[in-house]
Amino acid sequence: MVHQYKNNGYNIVLDVNSGAIHVVDDVSYDVIALFEENKPEEIVSRLLEKYSEAEIKEALEEVQALKDSEELFTDDPYENYILDFKKRPTVVKALCLHIAHDCNLACKYCFAEEGEYHGRRALMDFETGKQALDFLIANSGQRRNLEVDFFGGEPLMNWDVVKQLVAYGREQEKIHDKHFRFTLTTNGVLLDDEVMEFANREMDNVVLSIDGRKEVHDKMRPFRKGAGSYDFIVPKFQKLAESRNQERYYVRGTFTHHNLDFSKDVLHLADLGFKQISVEPVVAQDSDDYAIREEDLPILFEEYDNLAKEMVRRKKDGNDFNFFHFMIDLEGGPCVAKRLSGCGSGTEYLAVTPWGDLYPCHQFVGNEAFLMGNVWDGVKATEIRDEFKCCNVYAKEKCRNCFAKFYCSGGCAANSYNFHGKITDAYDVGCALEKKRVECAIMIKAAEAELE
Amino acid sequence: MKHVKTLNTKKLQNTVKKGGCGECQTSCQSACKTSCTVGNQTCEQSK
Repeated sequence: MVHQYKNNGYNIVLDVNSGAIHVVDDVSYDVIALFEENKPEEIVSRLLEKYSEAEIKEALEEVQALKDSEELFTDDPYENYILDFKKRPTVVKALCLHIAHDCNLACKYCFAEEGEYHGRRALMDFETGKQALDFLIANSGQRRNLEVDFFGGEPLMNWDVVKQLVAYGREQEKIHDKHFRFTLTTNGVLLDDEVMEFANREMDNVVLSIDGRKEVHDKMRPFRKGAGSYDFIVPKFQKLAESRNQERYYVRGTFTHHNLDFSKDVLHLADLGFKQISVEPVVAQDSDDYAIREEDLPILFEEYDNLAKEMVRRKKDGNDFNFFHFMIDLEGGPCVAKRLSGCGSGTEYLAVTPWGDLYPCHQFVGNEAFLMGNVWDGVKATEIRDEFKCCNVYAKEKCRNCFAKFYCSGGCAANSYNFHGKITDAYDVGCALEKKRVECAIMIKAAEAELE
Repeated sequence: MKHVKTLNTKKLQNTVKKGGCGECQTSCQSACKTSCTVGNQTCEQSK
């Protein structure tokens, strides 16, 4: 399968199965579009109006050479591989610990509904958290690197337990030859010097929630009494980012129907000095006034294009920043097995509620149909695990012929479930945006290759 | 090549044999909590 497109003056050809990315001139671009369905002489005659015969033949030779070296028009060798892959034993390697089902903000789009996840307010106690880490170690097989995200609600509302769990994890990793990578996701309200110092010592990653421009952020992320939180958190986030040398953190925002011009929010965050930025589309029901709708897509595509071009400009000026959703690792990217297994929800990645229940991921928490077990008894609903294990790009009809399938790996199971009632479908608006992001990310790589 | 510039040298199909150690980061743990993004994760073996 080949996907070809033009973006920002570049002719880009993606060979989906090999992952090869080619930047080509106009004649090759046109030759590639005709190559599989036409004989060489037909291609020559069809393109003679635009190019000389010598040029077309030269391009034909190069395209054939790429095909011969399995970098273009490669077959799909993975469909059979997936059969073995489905039989694989799975281990748990990452937990999203819902350390607090409570929050000091009242963000309007929160899937946790102000931290409560359709349930009651609760804080995880140390014993439950300790058992969660024990469960993770016991179910991680040979995996050495284990990930634990302190998530909420707002985890700083249960900070002492976070610290105790980190200490317990550090003690246990030595005993079991494991390595814990801790992440803290916070809205910043309770962030202070003590938290920063601890986070810089112990947290592999810190995710700081901020949406962008003050008016955008304050509209969606108010305190419970209604006042905006932007002014209160920005200086603290800036201080933390600097204290981590602008590495191993993300400022992470959500954009909605109310700020379709979200590229301005990304650039605002960059102008505040942040170098690691992630801003994602909200996922909401159509009935929510802030939900992104299909008719918003053309505007959003333009926004991604503009953002990508601006990032190239800033790179040239030596003022660049990372945008998580445009990051593509062309040389050291994930293997096929990773790309087929997707995000790992329900198998490698589980969410733990404050009282120790296990769910396939944070977005399923509170939906009893997806309750998998608990940290004491382990995964009891193995049919749920097996359903997630078999959920991959070959199980999804919409993914089969999609060029982006090895980049998003079939997308978010929770989104699919929320929109279609099953995890093997795909959230269409999300797909359209993901495809656009992949195209922009590759264009940035093409532009960067020119700079080298 | 005169008409084509290839940006990457690593072929995805070659990772079938050696891949799958599972030591890499889970994508939702990095910076996306609502939109799955796997292609930008780094292979632990290439670090």
